[in-house]
Amino acid sequence: MSRQILDLGLTAALILLGLALVCATVRIIRGPRAQDRVLGMDTLYLNGMLMAVVFGIRTGSDLYFEAALIIGMLGFAATVALAKFLMRGEVIE
Amino acid sequence: MSHLTDLPVWAAIPVCLLLLSGSAITLVGSIGLIRLKTFYGRLHAPTLSSSAGTILICLASMFAFAVLQNRWIFHEVLIILFVILTTPVTLMLLGQSALYRDRIEGSTDVPRKTTGPEPDLSAIDI
Repeated sequence: MSRQILDLGLTAALILLGLALVCATVRIIRGPRAQDRVLGMDTLYLNGMLMAVVFGIRTGSDLYFEAALIIGMLGFAATVALAKFLMRGEVIE
Repeated sequence: MSHLTDLPVWAAIPVCLLLLSGSAITLVGSIGLIRLKTFYGRLHAPTLSSSAGTILICLASMFAFAVLQNRWIFHEVLIILFVILTTPVTLMLLGQSALYRDRIEGSTDVPRKTTGPEPDLSAIDI
């Protein structure tokens, strides 16, 4: 019984997160300016991180949690670096 | 997925509800990223996915693993704390750089500078 409930819930959550990933990708491809693309990439990172957490529940292993933590940190660093780049034209002054 | 059969039904239902609401909120935020018209409007949409979606999905993961392993697990609090602390910083920096670029290009849609060497005080309605 719990197996069916969890199967349904996990699959539906993965499908919804996949649609969210597609939306972020559309914004990256279409985005009229560079800052739109950076924002789309930030959203893509976060949605991918949430997907890793859901995969972790699905497989029951701790590895996915660590992957999600690293994806979150790298996403933050990448977005800050790109925002600095858009503003100054260089990352390290 | 053999471990999932160990999860009792009273735990499976809240885990599913948390997961579904979190991923639905994430999807709403990402749809907002497509549908909003201006960049400054779009800047607000992903905060939904990064705050509410992350909190709900990480709570579901915490609850599932706590019931499966019969002890309290606080790993996912790390993700929640980190994301909540960093989201405002990234979005503020991005908005700042977009405003800077718009001003350099002489766009009329953004507010003028009100401080600095050449302040333009005509736009202030105080």
